Amino acid sequence: MTTTTSAKPRIALERRNVVNALVANRGNDLLAIAGIGSPCWDLAASGDHPMNFYLNGAMGSAAAIGLGLALAQPKKRMLVITGDGELLMSLGILATIGVAAPKNLSVVVLDNEVYLETGAQPTHTGRGVDLAAVARACAIRNAETVYSQAELDAALPKIREADGPVFTVVKILPNKAKLVIPPLEATYTKHRMREALTGKP
Amino acid sequence: MTTTTNGATDWRDQIYDIFRENGVRHVAHVPDGGHAKLIKRCEADPEMTTVTLTTEEEGVGMLIGSWLGGTRGALLIQSSGVGNCMNALSVLKHGKFPILMIVSMRGEWGEGMPWQVPMGQATREVLEAMGVIVYEVERDSDVHATIEAATWLSFDSSVPVAVLLAQRLIGTKKFVAA
Repeated sequence: MTTTTSAKPRIALERRNVVNALVANRGNDLLAIAGIGSPCWDLAASGDHPMNFYLNGAMGSAAAIGLGLALAQPKKRMLVITGDGELLMSLGILATIGVAAPKNLSVVVLDNEVYLETGAQPTHTGRGVDLAAVARACAIRNAETVYSQAELDAALPKIREADGPVFTVVKILPNKAKLVIPPLEATYTKHRMREALTGKP
Repeated sequence: MTTTTNGATDWRDQIYDIFRENGVRHVAHVPDGGHAKLIKRCEADPEMTTVTLTTEEEGVGMLIGSWLGGTRGALLIQSSGVGNCMNALSVLKHGKFPILMIVSMRGEWGEGMPWQVPMGQATREVLEAMGVIVYEVERDSDVHATIEAATWLSFDSSVPVAVLLAQRLIGTKKFVAA
């Protein structure tokens, strides 16, 4: 048997550091949707905010919700933070986003290559499936994969400000972070965001 | 027959007018013959944003986002696509989100394609199981009142509502081999 050496860059980024950087120095002009599981705990750990909506169910719907919110609030920056398993459940949304092409939408996939919440079973992304390539093939031209802190630092201005849709896969270590639970009632987070955006619940 | 403010008599035009009159600005759809004319009217309206989906489930998510951002939206799909929406509908029930689903039916009145029958027969039941309030319309004279009532119910009371457009209304699709 021959041994093959992986050409993949080493993964070194920790999820909480990434999410903290994504929403650093935010004001009310940044809207954030977190996908089910760890991204919700990460976004809550970065600081609860009226412009956050935590999708603690409906796995596969985070980017779709981000699309609708981006189209409804074109003057705000819409940031979707989700996991590789969550996005893999609905790859078709990348085609829909590529065609709808909202300039203010940015999707970040925290890609640890496992289903962390259910026992770290491997997802497709560690086995040859390249989500950024899928996004590019779905007419999302601004799509890349980030492995290092330096690459993340270079990607952050694009994620927060570049003409979208922007799609960024951030490879992260498959480590669990301390559980920080956001508000779990969507009636509350819904009214809170709508009131902040429109002046009425 | 009641008419819209534009005096439209064709039921597809009436639905479009009800969207306009009630501030429905986002229209998401998986195309269907029953919705073809309505989709064209919405696409031609510069004040509406019309999004073509790859699967109906995306539309539920998208319109949740639309509502979070202060915009009313409608989902135009076929009965078979209702089956693709189930887990996404849980967000509507849990979060008391409104949504206006207009569902063109297959698999019921005189259907000639047996593959359509199971989902068509289950459409109302599965929607109701997920907390969606279901209206059905079979006659063109009832379309205006039904769609208008569904629109008011959904957005004024913040509940998900589906209107099933029966095959008796839209016409049963016949399959004739060449």
